Amino acid sequence: MRVFVGVKRAVDYAAKVRIQADKKAVDISNVKMAINPFCEIAVEEAVRLKEKKVAEEVVAVSIGPKQAQEVIRQALAMGADRGIHVTTDMRVDQELQPLAVAKIMAALTGEHDPSAWLLGKQAIDDDSNQVAQMLAGLLDWPQATFASEVEVSEDKKSATVTREIDGGLQTIEVPLPAVISADLRLNEPRYATLPNIMKAKKKKIDTVDAASLGVDLAGQIEVLEVSEPATREAGSKVEDVDALLAKLKADGLL
Amino acid sequence: MASTSAAGSDITGFTRELFMGRLNSKFMHPFPEPKEEDLETLKMLVDPFSKFMENENDAAKNDRECAVDEAVKESLKPMGAYGMMTPEEYGGVGLDHTGYARLVEVVGAHDLGLGIHLGASQSIGYKGIVLYGNKEQKEKYLPKLASGEHVAAFCLTEDGSGSDAQSIKTRAVPADDGSGDFILNGGKIWISNGGLAEVFTVFAQTPQPDGKDKMTAFIVERGFGGITNGAPEKKMGINCSNTTTLNFDDTRVPAANVLGEVGGGFKVAMGILNQGRFGMGGALTGTMKTCMKYAAAHAAERTQFGKKIGEFEMIQGKLAGMATRLYATESLAYAIAGNMDRGVTDFQMEAACGKVFSSECAWWVADETLQILGGLGFMREYPIERIVRDLRIFRIFEGSSEILRLFVALYGVKAAGDDLKPLQKALKNPLANLGAIVGPAVSIARARIGAPEKPSLDFAPAQLRPAADVVEDCAARLGAATRELLLKHGKGIVDRQLPLERAASAAMEITAATAAIARATRAVSRSTDTAALEVSLANGFALEAGQRVRALIRDMTPSSEAGTTIDPLRRDIAKSVIAAGEYPARHPLGF
Ligand SMILES: Cc1cc2nc3c(=O)[nH]c(=O)nc-3n(C[C@H](O)[C@H](O)[C@H](O)COP(=O)(O)OP(=O)(O)OC[C@H]3O[C@@H](n4cnc5c(N)ncnc54)[C@H](O)[C@@H]3O)c2cc1C
Repeated sequence: MRVFVGVKRAVDYAAKVRIQADKKAVDISNVKMAINPFCEIAVEEAVRLKEKKVAEEVVAVSIGPKQAQEVIRQALAMGADRGIHVTTDMRVDQELQPLAVAKIMAALTGEHDPSAWLLGKQAIDDDSNQVAQMLAGLLDWPQATFASEVEVSEDKKSATVTREIDGGLQTIEVPLPAVISADLRLNEPRYATLPNIMKAKKKKIDTVDAASLGVDLAGQIEVLEVSEPATREAGSKVEDVDALLAKLKADGLL
Repeated sequence: MASTSAAGSDITGFTRELFMGRLNSKFMHPFPEPKEEDLETLKMLVDPFSKFMENENDAAKNDRECAVDEAVKESLKPMGAYGMMTPEEYGGVGLDHTGYARLVEVVGAHDLGLGIHLGASQSIGYKGIVLYGNKEQKEKYLPKLASGEHVAAFCLTEDGSGSDAQSIKTRAVPADDGSGDFILNGGKIWISNGGLAEVFTVFAQTPQPDGKDKMTAFIVERGFGGITNGAPEKKMGINCSNTTTLNFDDTRVPAANVLGEVGGGFKVAMGILNQGRFGMGGALTGTMKTCMKYAAAHAAERTQFGKKIGEFEMIQGKLAGMATRLYATESLAYAIAGNMDRGVTDFQMEAACGKVFSSECAWWVADETLQILGGLGFMREYPIERIVRDLRIFRIFEGSSEILRLFVALYGVKAAGDDLKPLQKALKNPLANLGAIVGPAVSIARARIGAPEKPSLDFAPAQLRPAADVVEDCAARLGAATRELLLKHGKGIVDRQLPLERAASAAMEITAATAAIARATRAVSRSTDTAALEVSLANGFALEAGQRVRALIRDMTPSSEAGTTIDPLRRDIAKSVIAAGEYPARHPLGF
């Protein structure tokens, strides 16, 4: 079984972001970028499937500019076997939108024949949470989103997936091939070790031009303005619970 | 990444030339840097390693428990942390010097005690096997050491022998069964990893054909027998690193475990230390950056007298002094590592400068951070008090500040005599042959007293001229003062430690300032986003250092007030103190 994992290069979760002067996007010129945390969880799950001898090959796919290779290398260092870099100069945090991403992935699917796509449930830059669903729709595959546990059957014909849904967990069985999206609690990604990072340098990354895949990359959404969240006003300290209650009442909050 | 290009092998050191009033800018400019692809790899290494240190290692707990957490050690093994520079063919990560400096910076930012645990194994403990081991020794020992399955220790210091390493008493004599094995006896003290190591690099005297003893290095396994270690020492800092005594009682060491040549042990010891010193600059930049974070945050948040304390000039002065020293330390550390990577072999004086400079700047930075934090800095719940305790030892071990100042000054003074050939033999160990080095140098210096060319940092762009002017002026002054010193004292210069100390301090500051200028020059030429700030940091450092250096150089010369009056006074006072065995003055109240 061959597993394809999507890895997106996004602004690092700890980075302080600023907005471009034209207010049309976040300024990413000097911001620390990293693998999207949910994608990292997806890679970890794929590598674990490989370690359990369920998957034979794990392929990490990233769409984006030259630097997208950094996150592919990271996936390779974690244990993926090879990478595919779909090149585009479109900004992946807003110009290249979920439908186009799903179309690119669908195009790769036809050519490479994976048994599953493992994706992060969303990326922390645009927070769309749409690609897995759209990809499943385009491929007419079953989807198991927000996975917190993935178990592939012995005959590798299906997977049992525990999903995190409002108010609890739902366990479903999906025939393979399928699209699975990873939620936060699926696993705790490993730290890539220094020797494995060095070895990852020698693993292969194929490059494909997004424009060559024959899919419509045009966005469906136009960004009108990007603005900072309102700054939080300073709080105040109270002595004890009684004082807190009194203050809340006084402010009409209780 | 381990590939060493020969491109830089003809580049000579920077610091020595200073004593002749010259600036060998080739060492610093263009500021050395790794190839693009090596940088990319390194970038990948730094990220998970930083996250691991940040999330998994608890420095305060390690400090409290006086041991590195076992689970952390277990995780660090597969991470490659025990064999960062060990060649890949022996299971190491195969990093170059720059890569190592960058990763130990991460360690230094989080936990210096852990840094010493890791460094005592790979940077000194088994470095000798990497540098001087034969194929069999490497194959036998390196894989398990690189993986962390075994750790190593470097065993030189004894109770009667610290800075004066050649005076060790531990002895290894050929076994009388004719096997060629050695029987090792003696005691070592303060050995890092002494209680944990499986493999020891041990230095011992061995009898020579001429009847005299000479030092030899041995690879000793704990399993050889007769080896015991004492309880972990209770220390001021780096508490999670294990420090013990070590005793060898008729330990039989096979002939195959001689490291390098019989009788070549001192060379091996100095080679290991010289080769390992560059790493300290990297680690301590990390520590300083951690301090800066706390200092900057507190300056921005703490309100007193209705203002953020960062608005007060005295606090600003401290923050600026911290940032400029950090910039200089960092520049020097990466200049040295980068030069080692490009095959430069003449880096020992710079590495000594880097060790002293980084350990003293880090101490200063941590102390000022504590001051900015006020009482909070003194509290255990903040990491600064631990950092201060951890940092103190860095000015003492792996060559104390005093010894390395002598090393730099004496090599510099010798170079000022220029013609090295007749001296070379004596120079192998300048500290043991102080007189022999300087004698001939003096006569040569006398012969060539003409003023040298004006030293120049002509690569510096206009924005950095203020810094470059200072460095050029200081280099010229140091050259002139060194000549004057040599002419006045002749051989006796070796005992004039006060001017030598000043000369070394001046040389260290100029070396660091030049590294900062070269690095800022690169930033300017590439118009990086922090170029303007880097220009300020380099100028700020050099201008301030220039004031210190000019005073030091002024006081170096025998005709100065320091030379004629203050130094003799200080010597006399010290003599009275030692003679009295305590503070010698009568109490103001008379009792
Ligand atoms: C925590 C810790 C870990 C250590 N780890 C190791 C280790 O792993 N392996 C190992 O072999 N050793 C180790 N050491 C020993 C360390 O290297 C020595 O402490 C160091 O070399 C200094 O020796 P000393 O302490 O005997 O001081 P001394 O040499 O006695 O010096 C005392 C003072 O005199 C000064 N001084 C000495 N000679 C001169 C001179 N000619 N002119 C002017 N001033 C001079 C020194 O600078 C110092 O200030 C460790 C020490 C400590 C505290």
